[in-house]
Amino acid sequence: MTQNGAGDGLLSALGAIYPPERILTSRAELAPYECDALTSFRASPRAVVLAESADEVVETVRACHRLGVPYVARGSGTSLSGGSLPIEEGIVIALNRLNRILELDPEQRTAVVEPGVINSQVSAAAAPHSLFYAPDPSSQSICSIGGNLAFNAGGAHCLKHGMTSSSVLGAKVVLPDGELVELGGDSIEPVGPDWMGLFVGSEGMFGIALEVTLRLMPSADRTRTVLSAYESLEAAGNAAAKVVAAGLLPVAMEIMDKLAIEAAEGSVKPGYPEGIEALMIVELEGDHETVDREFEQLLEVLEGAGATEVREPDDDAQRALYWAGRKSAFSAVGWLSPDYIVQDGVVPRTRLGEALAEIGRLSEEYGIRVANVFHAGDGNLHPLILFKGSEEGALERAEELAGEILRMCIRLGGSVTGEHGIAMEKRAFLPEMFGEADIEMMRRLWRAVDPAQIANRGKMFLPEDEPERGEALDSDAAPSSTAVAGTAGPPPGGGASGEARRDAR
Amino acid sequence: MSVTLRPAAVEEAQEALRGHERVLARGAGTKPALSSPPEGTVTLEVSGLSGIEDYDPEELTFTARAGTPLGEIEAALAENGQYLPFDPPLVAAGATLGGAVAAGTSGPLRYRSGGVRDFILGVRFLDGEGRLVRAGGRVVKNAAGFDLSKMMVGSAGRLGVMVELSFKVFPQPQAWATLTVDCAGLDEALALIGALATASFDLEALDLEPPGRLWLRLAGLSDAMPARLERLEGILERSGERLEGEEEGALWREVRDFAWVGGDAAIVKVALVPKRVRELEAKLEPLAVERRYGAGANIAWLAWPAERSAQDLDELLRSLDLAGVFLTGSPPRPMVGTHRGGAFAQRVKSALDPSGRFPEV
Repeated sequence: MTQNGAGDGLLSALGAIYPPERILTSRAELAPYECDALTSFRASPRAVVLAESADEVVETVRACHRLGVPYVARGSGTSLSGGSLPIEEGIVIALNRLNRILELDPEQRTAVVEPGVINSQVSAAAAPHSLFYAPDPSSQSICSIGGNLAFNAGGAHCLKHGMTSSSVLGAKVVLPDGELVELGGDSIEPVGPDWMGLFVGSEGMFGIALEVTLRLMPSADRTRTVLSAYESLEAAGNAAAKVVAAGLLPVAMEIMDKLAIEAAEGSVKPGYPEGIEALMIVELEGDHETVDREFEQLLEVLEGAGATEVREPDDDAQRALYWAGRKSAFSAVGWLSPDYIVQDGVVPRTRLGEALAEIGRLSEEYGIRVANVFHAGDGNLHPLILFKGSEEGALERAEELAGEILRMCIRLGGSVTGEHGIAMEKRAFLPEMFGEADIEMMRRLWRAVDPAQIANRGKMFLPEDEPERGEALDSDAAPSSTAVAGTAGPPPGGGASGEARRDAR
Repeated sequence: MSVTLRPAAVEEAQEALRGHERVLARGAGTKPALSSPPEGTVTLEVSGLSGIEDYDPEELTFTARAGTPLGEIEAALAENGQYLPFDPPLVAAGATLGGAVAAGTSGPLRYRSGGVRDFILGVRFLDGEGRLVRAGGRVVKNAAGFDLSKMMVGSAGRLGVMVELSFKVFPQPQAWATLTVDCAGLDEALALIGALATASFDLEALDLEPPGRLWLRLAGLSDAMPARLERLEGILERSGERLEGEEEGALWREVRDFAWVGGDAAIVKVALVPKRVRELEAKLEPLAVERRYGAGANIAWLAWPAERSAQDLDELLRSLDLAGVFLTGSPPRPMVGTHRGGAFAQRVKSALDPSGRFPEV
């Protein structure tokens, strides 16, 4: 309704909050914001504002609400699910400049940070106190805490330390209508319903966190890392299962297949053993008296599980290099292929072997190369589906394959996303994983928290065909998203829709 | 006389819920302050929805019906060398899995491992209209959809009636040991808690019995225990009393089951951080309230005397901007002190329970 008429109103409202140089409207200025790390979706917003204070964010949200303009909050734009894809008739609120660590209290093991603070900077600030921030997504050197919180980011060390929500204790939040609330607190143990836990992972649809209280963990007294090589991917998967069966609880357990190893060697050159089919990195942490003994036990398990080579890094530098090879795997496949899709479906740990065999079979059937790197400890797959976007129909076929993998994850009792979130990429699969009543409840929650449906709308849920929603629709809810006139029957791979342009780079 | 309904199946629970205007769920009733129905409210007892549905030790996960006694779950896990690291209280008293989630109660071990919120993976529950809703999943890592399972932690039956829950678990440590040390007073004890926070030493539990007694619990390989205890005494710059074996286990079971709470006092949980302990102590000491701090002084457990009103505690906590919840006793409302959530909480409640079938949060 207001979309067309509010053009001037919107710009003058923003002009009252920001100096002109922090309101971007030209094509060239908007270009970098057109997509995030999921580059196959692009949309150009009406404006991007560069907020420098929480007050500015609040004022902006209030203006959006007043004018009925949708907004997308954006940190570093590293979302792999299209979480910060702009809305064409809306604006982007860039939070990168809200990047101060406001407080670090070692004795309470907490840090209070602004949403634009970079993930790894929290650990860097905490390190002098022998503390660290546990969630470590592969993009940790560039991704922001606000984005981590919105998508409940994971990482390689979730097995023991949990996902982002286990490390977020409290937040000051601006709701989508501009109201301010405080959720959680600073204690590790909340009292009353865990509102903070509900807010984490809500994909920006419940509002924007302006200040976040993070839980810091004590740095381990000893970290031991071992790299082991295998003759097949399946053998590596079985070795992972044996580690868990032995009663060991590694902080991380990562597997890479041949193609992923090749990619890593092509870029960061971690110096992995040559000519192997698969490798696994296992890391133990804790008191040295315990870890050194457990490490011996781990080596025995790995050798008994058919490892062809077992290697401990010589020093911290080499350990960092081993990890760099793993963490750069996504970008490194650029060495192998101009384009790729990465999925993050989860299967029960005991069905990893089955899942990998099925991915191999699908890869052959489609004639598309798939590189595998994954968090074996928690069954979190990361198939990298390689394709050439310039080839007619290649993206669509890659997406079809990706869709088959996600369906397999559901079939095996897992999840379509372990850490990247639903957002644009997996909207079509939420209804395959959950029933109608489950999704209706999520929608009802969203409508209750954001009656005007302006906060990151178009994400998580497929656009609704009015008036299909039936009795559950609150009669006083605002007209639902007309912004995204989506395709109803989703094709595998996410369902291109709305103003977001599909684009295979 | 209050009405109690005991459904034996989810469908019966749905019917029972839809047939009454005011409903409050109850498990075994070990935390009566949360499960006693306000005037005009019927009790929906879920103990009939009981039993472990799925437990694969290799997965380190299980799914059980909400009314399953925690004792049954702990026994099944123990057979496979696993345990519930959030260490739920009142197991011996018969507490259920659903009750532990609804009350949001974790025990001493949550200091290192995390609380209920960190181990819950998924939930099936009835909303205020009796609709059966599933959220989360059964795998250890999952970011699909809103995290309604977390919201259920601490919800005290005010947001839904849980019927089934999925959790992750950990392998049991080989051995346990406890060191007890006495400090000159509260200041010294708090200083040690602060020092331990940054000491890179793995402690499973860290409890403070004011004014100055610290209880430190270690877990791991038995071979490593003597060396670690020695190093711990080095960090503390004092030696303490060491406890191992059956006696050690019994000690902590008593702690988590509130054996130290005397007579008819009510158990109250208060969330705080170590730097707030002095202020709370200053208020509580003159009142002669028994108390103990858990999770490295991130939780205060109070034994609120029956002769003192819940209102008084509510005011006391509000004056300190702290939040608390009564687990036992019969306060007019279980939540006391300053609770966060504001408009967000109201909106979520309105979506889950539009006709106000459950009590106010």
